[in-house]
Amino acid sequence: MAITSIKNLKEFSTNNDRFEGAHTLCPGCAHSMIVRELMNCTDDNLVIAANTGCLEVSTAVYPFTSWDTSWIHIGFENAATAVTGSEAMYRARKKKGTLKDPNAPVKFVAFGGDGSTYDIGFQWLSGAMERGHDFTYICLDNENYANTGGQRSSSTPIGATTSTAQAGSASYGKKEKKKDIVAIMAAHGAPYVAQLAPNKWKSMAKGFQTALETEGPCFINTVSACCTEWRFDPKDTIHITDLATDTLMFPIYEIINGHELNILYRPKNVVPVEEYLNAQGRYKHLFKPENKHVIEKIQSDINEYWDKLQRREEARI
Amino acid sequence: MAKKYDINEVEVWDGNYAASQALRQAQVDVVAAYPITPSTPVVENYGNYVANGYIDGEYVMVESEHAAMSGCIGAAASGGRVATATSSQGFALMAEVLYQASGMRLPIVLVVVNRALASPLNVRGDHADMYLGRDSGWIQIDAFNAEEAYDLTLCAFRIGEHMSVRLPVMVHQDGFITSHTAQNIHPLSDEAAYKFVGDYKGVDDMLDFSKPVTYGAQTEEDWHFEHKAKQHKALMDSRTVIDGVFAEYGKLTGRNYKRVESYMMEDAEVAVVGLGSTVETLRVAAKQLREEEGIKVGIVAPRCFRPFAFDEMADALSGVKAIAVLDRSSPGGAMGAFFNEVSAAVLSSANRPLVTNFIYGLGGRDFSIQEAKRIIREQKAHADAGHITTQIQQFSGLRGPKLGFFEAKRS
Ligand SMILES: Cc1ncc(C[n+]2csc(CCOP(=O)(O)OP(=O)(O)O)c2C)c(N)n1
Ligand code: SF4
Ligand SMILES: [Mg+2]
Repeated sequence: MAITSIKNLKEFSTNNDRFEGAHTLCPGCAHSMIVRELMNCTDDNLVIAANTGCLEVSTAVYPFTSWDTSWIHIGFENAATAVTGSEAMYRARKKKGTLKDPNAPVKFVAFGGDGSTYDIGFQWLSGAMERGHDFTYICLDNENYANTGGQRSSSTPIGATTSTAQAGSASYGKKEKKKDIVAIMAAHGAPYVAQLAPNKWKSMAKGFQTALETEGPCFINTVSACCTEWRFDPKDTIHITDLATDTLMFPIYEIINGHELNILYRPKNVVPVEEYLNAQGRYKHLFKPENKHVIEKIQSDINEYWDKLQRREEARI
Repeated sequence: MAKKYDINEVEVWDGNYAASQALRQAQVDVVAAYPITPSTPVVENYGNYVANGYIDGEYVMVESEHAAMSGCIGAAASGGRVATATSSQGFALMAEVLYQASGMRLPIVLVVVNRALASPLNVRGDHADMYLGRDSGWIQIDAFNAEEAYDLTLCAFRIGEHMSVRLPVMVHQDGFITSHTAQNIHPLSDEAAYKFVGDYKGVDDMLDFSKPVTYGAQTEEDWHFEHKAKQHKALMDSRTVIDGVFAEYGKLTGRNYKRVESYMMEDAEVAVVGLGSTVETLRVAAKQLREEEGIKVGIVAPRCFRPFAFDEMADALSGVKAIAVLDRSSPGGAMGAFFNEVSAAVLSSANRPLVTNFIYGLGGRDFSIQEAKRIIREQKAHADAGHITTQIQQFSGLRGPKLGFFEAKRS
């Protein structure tokens, strides 16, 4: 086991990274924070697969790579399968004694955006989880297809405007509720599932470490604020993420073995959701009088879900 | 250690069983697969070897063919031997990832049991799936019978994994006609087969942590073209490696394969060019017609569908007056793709034979010796007349009125 202690911010900033700062993600993009944190929370070797999306197109443009570790991208939908194929090969070669360094500790990790995780790669992810490979899947959930210009995904919350679910004179934006991916993954019987956020970086690092050290398929949904498509100033990424967790728009919790639910962050003062919505261009239209009901709906959904999480935590079911 | 499998000098295997035995003998490290008729028995047989301790490698039953090839790619990038099998709709579902496997230069072996593509849904053999793979950057080798499916699957590992090739290889056989028809097979012993295939040698191994590697990078207009050109060159250059592997296998078994297989072509006046199990039908028809009617006919068939043996094809057909090219795939509003390729090859030689195209056998429609003879006689008629006496493209074996296109223009 090669968990590194959770680094403090000073250590973090002077660290020799396995994910290079030289990439073309937007300034202020939370994807890189989450990836760096994952790669900093273990000293083990990593085999990383990425689905097509902002992370992938910004970090491996020939002849450059930001990855100082084994890394593979195949397509938009199949990172979970790519990395579990590698994990199967690892087991085969370990058994046959053909690994170059059979004692080198290794962890298998897949990254996908919400587009690949909730939508197009859902089947590949589900299959890999069901097969029980020893790997961790991390979703960088920015609630839209950012790489292709901000189209809706099934993770886009109700009321947000996107380029394919637009707000206009006859529409308040996306009509459908966000898919509950964490519950779906927990229902696969995964030994560890969590929703984490980079503003709560200690709990995020701890969650990552737990997932890496847990044998079997683990899933983590991470809140990844996208300044470009959510429309906020790049310097405000953490501030926006604070609002996301303090309004309980993104509750931080884990589910162990499909049923033991633990809430990992309880805001001292729960902030009304208006503050979160008002800080982002994608929700601006909701503040028109005719769309007020949508804000009310979002708030009541949040309250209801938070209530449910608390009851589940208490009941341990 | 995997249990030893008792194998006889002569076995009675069908094409699926033959292919699965070749995978077992090659001691594949990871098979990631999904079942589909008619290739299902390949993975079922393999699963049986796994269940009974004959396999040390991993057998990953994924949730789709797209995932099967995706898993194969992840595994192949991790420094070991990889193989799978599919057909038809499964092949079509894999299409996206086939290109990624070849673009990443991963020597995966894919057993393709050829079957028609829907719609209408059809489980029988034609070459629609094989044709779908023809621009995917894979080496495509074609077995005409079950023993060849065994031989060529073993050869496929050697070819694809060769240090100067490093490309994925498909080994095709015809659905049902080959895959489900048992014949006498003379397999190698496990030891001899493995010795021929050899230990896997990894290149850019993701599990070699002393040398981090990035797979599947992005290239735009600045570099994409160079990558694709290099890949094409590797395919072209694989021709000499294929010849070498075939020669070595010939020494071992007495079964000699060539990238273009010619039958009775020495003095041939007319020829038929075909693919798959049809080649055997054509050979029988040719032999009989030579005896019965004295028609000097020969049969030419590419063993390598890709890389296409352009010059060997031209050479093989250089002396004939009339050629029929048989396409077992719906041409979709054009001449058959194989017809176009063979025509281009003969066009490059001084000889200008009369070339016609037959679309036949779609969805497993039987192709009889009688029909093969009819086609050969027609070639003889073209040759005697000195011009094409029929339409250039005809449908063979179709119910109802005759269907054909394009009149030969005589100036
Ligand atoms: C099969 C396929 N369909 C569509 C695309 C186009 N595409 C590439 S990335 C992308 C959206 C990515 O969204 P997400 O997964 O949320 O990642 P993000 O860029 O937001 O981080 C789309 C639609 C593709 N590459 N492949
Ligand atoms: S568009 Fe959004 S997700 Fe993509 S790089 Fe920019 S901030 Fe990050
Ligand atoms: Mg996204």
